[in-house]
Amino acid sequence: MPRLIEYRQAIREALDEELARDPMVVLMGEEVAQYNGAYKVTQGLWEKWGDKRVVDTPISEAGFIGMGVGASMLGIRPVMELMFWSFYTVAWDQIINNAGMVRYMSGGLINCPIVVRGPANGGTGVGATHSHTPENIMASFPGMKCVCPATARDAKGLMKAAIRDNDPVMFMENTLLYGEKGEVPDNSELPEGELFIPLGVAEVKREGTDLSLIAHGRAVLTCLKAAEILEEEHGISVEVVDLRTIRPLDEETIFESVRKTHKAICVDENKPFCGVSAQIASSIQLHCFDDLDAPVLRVSALDSPAFYSPPIEKLQLPYPDVIVAKALSIC
Amino acid sequence: MAAAAKTTPKHADAPINKALTRDDKIKLFRQISRIRRFEQISLKHYNAGKMGGFLHLYIGQESVAVGCVSLMGPNDHVITAYRDHGHALAVGMGMNECMAELFGKKTGCSKGKGGSMHYFAPDKNYWGGHGIVAGQTPLGLGLAYGLKYKGLKGAAMCFMGDGAVNQGAFHESLNLAALFDLPVIYIIENNGYSMGTSQARSSSYTGCLAQRAEGYGIAWEQLNGEDVYEVRARVQVAMERAHSESKPTVLEIATYRYYGHSVADANHKKYRTKEEIERYEREHDPILIWRDHMIKEGILTDAQATEIDQEAFKEAEAAAVFAEKSDWPDPSEIFDDVYWEVDNQTVASQSGRHFFND
Ligand SMILES: Cc1ncc(C[n+]2csc(CCOP(=O)(O)OP(=O)(O)O)c2C)c(N)n1
Ligand SMILES: [Mg+2]
Repeated sequence: MPRLIEYRQAIREALDEELARDPMVVLMGEEVAQYNGAYKVTQGLWEKWGDKRVVDTPISEAGFIGMGVGASMLGIRPVMELMFWSFYTVAWDQIINNAGMVRYMSGGLINCPIVVRGPANGGTGVGATHSHTPENIMASFPGMKCVCPATARDAKGLMKAAIRDNDPVMFMENTLLYGEKGEVPDNSELPEGELFIPLGVAEVKREGTDLSLIAHGRAVLTCLKAAEILEEEHGISVEVVDLRTIRPLDEETIFESVRKTHKAICVDENKPFCGVSAQIASSIQLHCFDDLDAPVLRVSALDSPAFYSPPIEKLQLPYPDVIVAKALSIC
Repeated sequence: MAAAAKTTPKHADAPINKALTRDDKIKLFRQISRIRRFEQISLKHYNAGKMGGFLHLYIGQESVAVGCVSLMGPNDHVITAYRDHGHALAVGMGMNECMAELFGKKTGCSKGKGGSMHYFAPDKNYWGGHGIVAGQTPLGLGLAYGLKYKGLKGAAMCFMGDGAVNQGAFHESLNLAALFDLPVIYIIENNGYSMGTSQARSSSYTGCLAQRAEGYGIAWEQLNGEDVYEVRARVQVAMERAHSESKPTVLEIATYRYYGHSVADANHKKYRTKEEIERYEREHDPILIWRDHMIKEGILTDAQATEIDQEAFKEAEAAAVFAEKSDWPDPSEIFDDVYWEVDNQTVASQSGRHFFND
């Protein structure tokens, strides 16, 4: 029997296992301890690990994220929760200038093994300020790493890699995925005794021969739905590549797929201007120019701030029909 | 929370309260009742799945917004956080547009674009409705700066929660307010909790939160918010300071929210006791207290007060019908209100590409 658990529980397991493995790991953020987390990701961890390892902070993102960055310079491994990734703007300077730049500016003398995690998504009717998807922004700074898991399994394995990584890792979850169940093997079933997925390794989530859909985060699930429709209704065989990590980026898996299918659509919930898909499209045209039978297309969030009204906001994010229509335009 | 002594007659006798006519007092009762009823009806429809996102209810705190807003003259302004329905109705926004916004309809005050946390009415000197904790605090300062720059005698009342006092932006604002002598009034609505975190677990301070102002050389006061008389009497002092001296004030007003942080807050009876909530509802309810004043002063009979409350209830129900019947925004509106120049089709909008959908 495969073990099905929620995405949030998968992350929780990774946090729990890392707390057990390394006494330097500390979880911190607003409501992560006594309240069990605004989205219940950290449920039960404060009870199990106590005040020293799981810490509630006041609403002071610049202060506590910066504190985490400073502590990481001394070898602490803070895993900081932003209740919404959208609040990164309050801690912008600490994340970008301090976590992101100190290694370079110190000529490699200092490094920041910090993880900043939380949900980064639109689609929940919380308005423009709470619906940011900053993976493209974070990944645009050399020195930063950025992870966007789409499934429970990936969320667990990648979180463990993120915590053990010696560079700052921006880990972006999704409130719409927290309740999604996925197959996550129990540690006892694994030869290594744990689930560990290295950063910088994409995964082909569905194999196909006619078209590559390249996505990350929740857009992967949207692509899988679109792929089914394209297969069933149009006889088009679609491959879905899940980037999993935005930076480091597994370009080889993307290129391999495109060399096979000769057509690519990059799908993301980023805004289109300089979004993740823009970077990928640029890389594909550079490295796979002769393999392409059609221009590389993109499907991103519509180019406006998030609209509150639920039925309208749904239209702002990629949904299967849009991807299907795009695919049909080149297949 | 941490409410001080019950209102003494002194507050009712303050000149600003003595100046209230019978009609003024009835109007205050009507307002306070309308806010309560509006939110009760909105809660019902939120629970029925008619709204998206969050719904942060102001129920229990109504006297603060109503009391403060009742002091506003033509050049006084208001800005607040996401718990913004009370302030919006108090400044005169209509129930229909506010309810329709919650339903995400085209007829909403922000055309369905902002939702519960983002009400705005600049024509009523009401500048929102802000979702980022303390994000509004420098904006309040900016309103005060604008007033002073334009040579207007006014004040900017900037409301915030007890959890917001720990954001850097607020501290930077305090320093600027004092340094530049700006007529801003920071009103900390202290309901004792920021989400599930009590004041004691989130803030370090001497005396009270407002006392932090001392370090910046800013006048401060702590008061009880359950009685409109007290709110008016004591906030008026800060208003005068802003108007006549162009000086800032930090006020900490003790209040209480009966519901969870948002309706989705399933824990709200875990981090505080049922007894605590019931005690506030019973002994410190702003509506009961004002109603009591009205009856004792012979301004309203019990029956008349009930009638006003029932009118408020009906108005809220009608607003929900209005919201329900209203149209959804049209998808074509997604790209409206992004750029002023584009919306107004100016020359500036003609050069360069503004939107990047394909
Ligand atoms: C910068 C930022 N951090 C965190 C949040 C999430 N959040 C929203 S309200 C809130 C609690 C604020 O409490 P308080 O200031 O006391 O206001 P109250 O809700 O009691 O009115 C938190 C943590 C946010 N919206 N913005
Ligand atoms: Mg509070």
